[in-house]
Amino acid sequence: MAFGTISNVRKVFPVAELGLRAKEPVVALDDASFIFERGELVALLGPSGCGKTTLLRIVAGLLSKTSGSVRIDGREVDGPMGDYGFVFQSPSLMPWRSVIDNVLFPMEILKRNDKAARARAVELLELVGLSGFHKARPHQLSGGMQQRVALCRALIHKPNLLLMDEPFGALDELTRMEMNDLLLRIRKETGASVLFVTHSIGEAVYLADKVIVFSRRPARVSKEIAVALPYPRSQTTRFTPAFMAAERAASEALGIVPHAEAAAS
Amino acid sequence: MNARAVFTQLAYPVAGLALIVGLWALACRLGNLPTVVLPSPDKVFYAFIDKLPLLLVEGWVTLKETLYGFLLALALGLPMAVAVANSRTLNLMFYPLLVALQSVPKVALAPIVLVWLGTGLESKLAIAWLVAFFPIIVDTAAGLRATPKELVELARSLNASRTQVLIKVQLPAALPFVITGAKVAMTLAVIGAVIGEFMGSSEGLGFLLLTATSQLDTPLAFAALLALSLLGLAVYLLVEGVERLMAPLLPPSAERH
Repeated sequence: MAFGTISNVRKVFPVAELGLRAKEPVVALDDASFIFERGELVALLGPSGCGKTTLLRIVAGLLSKTSGSVRIDGREVDGPMGDYGFVFQSPSLMPWRSVIDNVLFPMEILKRNDKAARARAVELLELVGLSGFHKARPHQLSGGMQQRVALCRALIHKPNLLLMDEPFGALDELTRMEMNDLLLRIRKETGASVLFVTHSIGEAVYLADKVIVFSRRPARVSKEIAVALPYPRSQTTRFTPAFMAAERAASEALGIVPHAEAAAS
Repeated sequence: MNARAVFTQLAYPVAGLALIVGLWALACRLGNLPTVVLPSPDKVFYAFIDKLPLLLVEGWVTLKETLYGFLLALALGLPMAVAVANSRTLNLMFYPLLVALQSVPKVALAPIVLVWLGTGLESKLAIAWLVAFFPIIVDTAAGLRATPKELVELARSLNASRTQVLIKVQLPAALPFVITGAKVAMTLAVIGAVIGEFMGSSEGLGFLLLTATSQLDTPLAFAALLALSLLGLAVYLLVEGVERLMAPLLPPSAERH
């Protein structure tokens, strides 16, 4: 059986939850289904506001689903499981904690903040290139460095699934490419499965084993694209025909460029 | 801060104060004002030195009323803010009321409080509490609600209990707001205590001020005023001192609210 099975997930926000001005319920997610294997990196790609973040929050157990089923590692998700890592678009670090204490936050919540946890935090910070910054405060770091800390925080409790919600969307292009490579390295070393929400076609194709393309709201899965590129990938990979073909397929699925066959005829 | 910066920070306010006191002395001399209307600075100073034991005794009373009122406001305001910020029902029921009540002149309640609690310490404490309570609860509740949503979600995604979310996320996030509220509350608590003393009392700096003016002892009234200002400054600096102790837990001042 697959590690993760998302089947026919639907999310409707009722009028009562939408505030005073809402007139009708909002269908955030119409019908999402896909599966992924252990250790796979799956990109969820779609226009902004298409409900991919909603799906991620449902998988995290932060949001209830209206219907459908989410099974991760053989368990039906109906609330927070406590063993996923979550990375937000903004680093969302705690300004009152040092870098290393931010990384250790999940271990405090899980009541596993022991010596081994501290050693792992040191190791993770080294892995992301922040060895000298244990005692720094978040505001002393650049945006990219803060997001690296957030990444360490998401990995500290050895989650078997990493949920990432446009984590590099607020970074500049160069920092983003660096972070992409860092994520691929981390994935290789930890073997974690990753669900990665993005609206960048290039980023989705560069990172993922598989790209799930969502349509506009109400979101449905419009296409699944297997990215036939071997790992390890490097920035040169972006200029290979296979990469461009995958980008084209994703663009077609999003309706940005016409389908190749249609254009030819 | 280096010595030069300290000097600049101190020298200018001192020079400003000297200028005002100098103008005051000049006005007394040139205007030939009677002491009962406006005593010259030196007369106030002598009255202050002369009556220092009395000022200390009365000041101690006012200080107690202020601090007790403030601490009671803190002790009741914080848990109530937590309740209001974390319960949708309580929030809908009471938050608008709290904000509306904040703009009601609480000192207008002083005569009623006096009827209820008499002219002793209790009524002063109650009035000090009444004026100090609202900034603390409103600011704390605002701080708790301003906790970044992501941090709460992060904790929740790890199956954190409500207590964990409160202690590890919400309260630290609200701390800068609590301190801002406490600064306002402390200043207001002094005013509350003095108002209480004006309304009916047999001790305290407010009482002293009142009796001194009724006996036309204006220098003593001014000395009491000076003592009151020093008291207000001292309790404010007390809160600032606590803030400084908590600095490692606070965001850098540039990002403060």
